[in-house]
Amino acid sequence: MLNQHEIMQTIRMIDQQHLDVRTITMGISLLSCAHSDIKVACDKVYDKITRSAENLVATGEAIEKEFGIPIVNKRISVTPIALVGAAADTDNYAPFAQAMDRAAKTCGVNFIGGFSALVQKGMTEADRILINSIPEALATTDIVCSSVNVGSTKAGIDMDAVALMGRTIKELAAATADRGGFGCAKLVVFCNAVEDNPFMAGAFHGVGEGERVINVGVSGPGVVYHALQSVKGQPFDVVAETVKKTAFRITRMGQLVAQEASRRLNVPFGIVDLSLAPTPAVGDSVARILEEMGLETCGIHGTTAALALLNDAVKKGGVMASSHVGGLSGAFIPVSEDEGMIAAASSGVLTLDKLEAMTCVCSVGLDMIAVPGDTTAQTISAIIADEAAIGMVNSKTTAVRIIPAPGCKVGDTVEFGGLLGSAPVMPVHAGSSADFIARGGRIPAPMQSLKN
Amino acid sequence: MKAIVTVIGKDQVGITAMVCALLAQHNINILDITQTVLQEYFTMVMLVDTAACPTSIGDMADILSKAGQEQGLSIRIQREDIFNAMHRI
Repeated sequence: MLNQHEIMQTIRMIDQQHLDVRTITMGISLLSCAHSDIKVACDKVYDKITRSAENLVATGEAIEKEFGIPIVNKRISVTPIALVGAAADTDNYAPFAQAMDRAAKTCGVNFIGGFSALVQKGMTEADRILINSIPEALATTDIVCSSVNVGSTKAGIDMDAVALMGRTIKELAAATADRGGFGCAKLVVFCNAVEDNPFMAGAFHGVGEGERVINVGVSGPGVVYHALQSVKGQPFDVVAETVKKTAFRITRMGQLVAQEASRRLNVPFGIVDLSLAPTPAVGDSVARILEEMGLETCGIHGTTAALALLNDAVKKGGVMASSHVGGLSGAFIPVSEDEGMIAAASSGVLTLDKLEAMTCVCSVGLDMIAVPGDTTAQTISAIIADEAAIGMVNSKTTAVRIIPAPGCKVGDTVEFGGLLGSAPVMPVHAGSSADFIARGGRIPAPMQSLKN
Repeated sequence: MKAIVTVIGKDQVGITAMVCALLAQHNINILDITQTVLQEYFTMVMLVDTAACPTSIGDMADILSKAGQEQGLSIRIQREDIFNAMHRI
């Protein structure tokens, strides 16, 4: 039988260490909703989403109560809208986003992702329409998230799309200027995007997926931080073992919740995403885990090595705990959503360059970073290109979610509220990358041998 | 179905009696109890069987939590599966 110590350990993780299931995300295929009349297509989108996910929130809440585990978000991801919209005779896909927004609100979910296009090798007319629709789509909706995949290890980087995304991000910031450029917090630019990611803003339901699927994202930076406090000063072997054991427990919980949700909703179980996703709450920070390993502030020398160990140990611990692992799986480092990162960035210790280095060894990339409002579209494109290059060469997912906050300068703070937190505006390099971005074309796919 | 009831809070007269009475009222059978008091801090863990309980675990969680709040205690009921998943391979 379970002993009292084990039971109380779980209770403490939930009560004091912010252990939770971050999200149950239902993926829904919208391929069947394509229609030449956009009004008909939008109605089909609304109907299919509301029909498929009508019980998602109630089921999530019931599981939450019975197991006594907080499930913070219930979300929906859909087929990239550029694929669904391609049949429609229109030059603006914003109505699709509005239909998604209405459907998601009817279902009561927190976010819906999939206003997306996959353009790593080139853009179709529909891809181009979708990207051009992003500013209006995200400015006129509340909970729709958008993503664009501009590169992959197999296809290289589509630099025309990179240039277009820089301009799109600037337009989106301007369209949501009254909210500090909030729209940009709902748009992510990927390299090597995954098709089963349950986390926002990058979730979409890939074309290789089934009709419907349940993916679960776990969390627990607070639990890992607390576990490491008990091994102060010990060698890294011990640190890695401690993280692995903790990740195992967290993931087992996620797996149980995923299976239960899948059974009750009669929707196949997809994957558990083994991610350490921080929140702005004190005690739920990835940066503080790195500091617990012996770094004075996150962002100083040694941070990349600490993050590499953490990311790897989380995966090793989690893999055995779940029957199917997928999504992004690793430690997230979103600046505005992590109390320790906010502090490190505000003090000037954590810089964009160091964050870029950190993204080489962890899941995803430059995430929730505010930069001055006068940052040019070309500079943003260049930041995207750098990040995509890291993902392309290292065969991993990387992403950029950057907010050129209108009217803000270095030292200001942009408030987004809720899980999105607050972002200190960080400096970018002053020189121009305009000629580099103006070239366009494609960066060829990298060698997969002769690795050095 | 088996579940775990945990009670945490400042020690006072009648905690065990109150919780047991509440469980009996809802036809929940207690299979095992461990209880400690450390520096006036009361901790009780019960393994219970809810098979004959007409109320759902979700509703029981609300009932117990409310009863606990009135006395300054944290009382919860959770399905045993969650603990088994986390602590047993």
